[in-house]
Amino acid sequence: MNTFRFSLRMLFRDWRAGELNVLILALVIAISSLTTVGFFADRVELALARESNQLLGADLLVISSQPIPDTLAAEAPRRGLAVSSLIKFPSMISNGDSNLLTEVKAVAEGYPLRGRINLADNFFKNDDVPTSMSRVAEGIPLPGTIWIDEKVMTRLELKPGDRVDIGMMQLMVTELITREPDHSVGFVSMGPRAIMNVTDLPKTGLIQEGSRVSYQLLLAGELKKVEQYREWVKPQLTRAQRLEGIRDARPEIRAALERAEKFLSLAALASVVLAAAALALAVRRFTLRHLDGCAVMRSLGASQNQLFYLYLYYFIALGIVASTIGSLIGFAAQQVLTQWLAGIVDTELPWPDALPAVQGVMVGLVLLLGFALPPVLNLRSVPALRVLRRDIGLSNTHSVAGYVLGLLALSLMFIWKAQDLKLGLYIVAGFITAITVFGAIGWLLIRGLAGLRHQAGGAWRYGLASIRRRAASSVLQAVALGLGLMALLLLTLIQDDLIKDWHTSLPADAPNHFLVNIQSDQVQAIQTFFQQHDITQPRMFPMVRARLSKINGKSVAAEDYAHDPHAERHVRREFNLSWTDQLRSDNQVIKGTWWQDGTQDALLSFEEGLAKTLGLKVGDELTYDIAGSAFSARIENIRKVDWDTFRVNFFVLVPPGLLDQYPVSYITSFYVSPEQASVMHELVRAFPNLLVVDVAIVIGQVQQMIQQVSQAIEFVFVFTLLAGFAVLYAAIASTHDERIHEAAVFRALGARRQQLSRAWAAEFALLGGLSGLFASAGASALGYVIGEHVLNLQYTFNPWIWLIGTSIGAAGVLLAGMLGTRSVLSTPPLLTLRNIG
Amino acid sequence: MSDHQVNHPILSAQALTKQVSIGETQLTILHDITLQVNSGEAVAILGASGSGKSTLLGLLAGLDLPSSGKVHLQDVDLFTLDEDSRAALRGKMMGFVFQSFQLLPALTAIENVMLPLELTAADNAEKVAQKLLQRVGLASRLHHYPKQLSGGEQQRVAIARAFATEPRLLLADEPTGNLDSATGVQIIELMFELNREHGTTLILVTHDEVLSRRCSRQIRLADGKLLQ
Repeated sequence: MNTFRFSLRMLFRDWRAGELNVLILALVIAISSLTTVGFFADRVELALARESNQLLGADLLVISSQPIPDTLAAEAPRRGLAVSSLIKFPSMISNGDSNLLTEVKAVAEGYPLRGRINLADNFFKNDDVPTSMSRVAEGIPLPGTIWIDEKVMTRLELKPGDRVDIGMMQLMVTELITREPDHSVGFVSMGPRAIMNVTDLPKTGLIQEGSRVSYQLLLAGELKKVEQYREWVKPQLTRAQRLEGIRDARPEIRAALERAEKFLSLAALASVVLAAAALALAVRRFTLRHLDGCAVMRSLGASQNQLFYLYLYYFIALGIVASTIGSLIGFAAQQVLTQWLAGIVDTELPWPDALPAVQGVMVGLVLLLGFALPPVLNLRSVPALRVLRRDIGLSNTHSVAGYVLGLLALSLMFIWKAQDLKLGLYIVAGFITAITVFGAIGWLLIRGLAGLRHQAGGAWRYGLASIRRRAASSVLQAVALGLGLMALLLLTLIQDDLIKDWHTSLPADAPNHFLVNIQSDQVQAIQTFFQQHDITQPRMFPMVRARLSKINGKSVAAEDYAHDPHAERHVRREFNLSWTDQLRSDNQVIKGTWWQDGTQDALLSFEEGLAKTLGLKVGDELTYDIAGSAFSARIENIRKVDWDTFRVNFFVLVPPGLLDQYPVSYITSFYVSPEQASVMHELVRAFPNLLVVDVAIVIGQVQQMIQQVSQAIEFVFVFTLLAGFAVLYAAIASTHDERIHEAAVFRALGARRQQLSRAWAAEFALLGGLSGLFASAGASALGYVIGEHVLNLQYTFNPWIWLIGTSIGAAGVLLAGMLGTRSVLSTPPLLTLRNIG
Repeated sequence: MSDHQVNHPILSAQALTKQVSIGETQLTILHDITLQVNSGEAVAILGASGSGKSTLLGLLAGLDLPSSGKVHLQDVDLFTLDEDSRAALRGKMMGFVFQSFQLLPALTAIENVMLPLELTAADNAEKVAQKLLQRVGLASRLHHYPKQLSGGEQQRVAIARAFATEPRLLLADEPTGNLDSATGVQIIELMFELNREHGTTLILVTHDEVLSRRCSRQIRLADGKLLQ
């Protein structure tokens, strides 16, 4: 207890005397940038999840082919979740003699829980094609009314106030839907659509035993509560029921979200690396400055044990205080950031979790205890004899072993923060390799460079000599600065690639319409139609409907996959088989080989995820039932499909020519500008059998989301940059005392200010350039690994990074160094020498 | 103050030898030193620079280990103890005054004086420190940092610190080495006064003949050998 109080007293005294400035600053900046990133990433993640949930209309859906028991809905309010429901079914809607098969949604009060229904503003004023003017619906259709979409309106030639027949009931058309949630989740629901009130449903008499109906329970609320509900409901689901969140529903959004999350984690990790580097430097300075004090205490009777606990408590207290301050600053900064961002993007960010604050304090403590404490605790073994002989110091101030514990702690921290084992491990391995390699090369280079000093002139000679004399601290500085810069360059490279990749996968003219059910004899006519209307000729993909019947000669039934509802659905439903001889660029063979041109063999190419779900591998023999006849083929390869693009892709492909005798239809996707929207009406009138699927809204939403994520990422980057400055500051401060002494001696010996400042400039430039070189090499290598293996990016090597990294390193350290040592140069030498005593 | 203690040895060294190896060569810094210091005595260890006097002081204080030989502090054989036990013994029995003052720069004058008391968890640290600083004439400088004090003032603080634990033995290593001569004289006066007041045994390392004559006995070292 006494030692504890003594520790706190010593801590207070050191703080009061300004001894802890560098250490606290490094720690506070590091922790605040870490928590800013953490808090912000957390909020952005929540916002993105919520944003994307607008596509679903809820945070979580329970979907069933049977009515959903009331118990599931009743549990939701008990768990603090909002709840609503809908029933979706296909039905004929008639206006006099015209009939149209429509996807009808009978919704309950509260729908939608996320997102909104937009209604055309001018529906009552003008029954022509609606413009983009729309308003948000308040509530749901009143009983006795129905809201229809543009397709229903056009095909049935409806006006507001018209009555339509649906089942045994008549409903009045009151609104035109321009946008609705869950509009595009899955292909099946892409036809004409209408929304009615669920209380009218029994009167229609449409829902009977055996009707094709989808019952949906919508749930929304805090992420944690939703997840708890998910866990609660999962074991109770019957085979007819399944859960769907946005991630289950839309692969392209899932991919974008996951990458964004990984990147934000990466940014947070980079801050940790920077924090560690800054601390290592600050701690070295701390250790050197406390050598004498410890020797005095030893001579005054302090035991090693006493000094051990003195600094242990000291650093725990310091860690808690600095981390708490850092976390608070981080929280405040993130609030400001959110305000700023809110002005730019249209998302109300939900409140963050407290977790980033806890993580901030934990990281601060782990960093200090694991990374800073080992070298500090070495202080206890400072020989008491140092009080008589100043030249006796610590034998192992630079002990590698001292940092091993820290690295280990840091690695665990990383893996925890990354929340992604693979990313965490890659980062840990990358940075540990970097430390080792940088350290070794740095040591050799510094020795080698120093050998050049006899050839070098003037300032360079002193600069080189200075680096050589401080070899150990020079290596530490170069490694720490190198790591810091590497973290920043790595983020820059990956951020750049990530954003570029998103923009290429979803360019402004990404296909926003799908055309389904094109018959062979219509292909030519449709192409001509496109030509006439100045729409780029899209590629037509043939497809044949088929049902999987046998795997390796053994019959399969949906029931065999009862344990896996996902697989069961795949077996139950019909697949689209398509053919091609060319592997597209957004497809990549990961197992087996692509087939040769002109092959006549019955081969299959399977999508990776589906193959995994069904437990299939290369060489398996599958039999499909196509229009009553059997078609058998062997899996030749497994393909990875880039689902981020909104292009037509198939789970199963075969070589051309094999399926010619079966009934074939075609599918295509293309871009239609908003001005050409009316062309689609013409197309539908000309080819009434075609199903036009408009995904422009989804694409727009995804593009907007990507825009937001890109901005978020850029903002977060600025904060990581701040942590970089902490490293720079700590690096310059770490040799400050040595420089003061050096300057005094040199100037006392008659060196001019300019000579000294030139020598130091040379030293700083060399040190910075070296760090920049290290950083460029490390960032290129680690960027490649993370890009390829974690984020699945097409990584592009950027040769400029070498030049940029080295120049930024040299210029940055030179500038910071010269600014930091200005005061040293202007202090009269006698004053300095006297102070040193 | 306690005459009956005179002639009782408080510290004795037997055949102390210190060798260091520099590369292949063995360098003997101290040769076979045997000496005895009685309680209440003031002994000067005198010698030119490099004669080995600081090394001898380090050994007598148990700050360093000899190549051979023994040091007894009262009846305790110093080098049979481990480093921590020697430190504890130092804390209890010895005070130090160094050439370079060795004040902790982050601590104020009074905190520097309190430090040895805090290490032993004494509860009257502040009162004792305040009194001692008043005694050395720094009553108005209690809360100044070392860098705000002159060299002489810093050494006064160091002297106050040395007496804070009421040590039986005061070891001073060139205490005036970093001071101008006038200040040096004042410091020495102060040290001897306090020494008398507290009845402390003093071992003073110096190269200054005049200063050494203030002590009751002089031990001369040259090339690591005793010249007595």
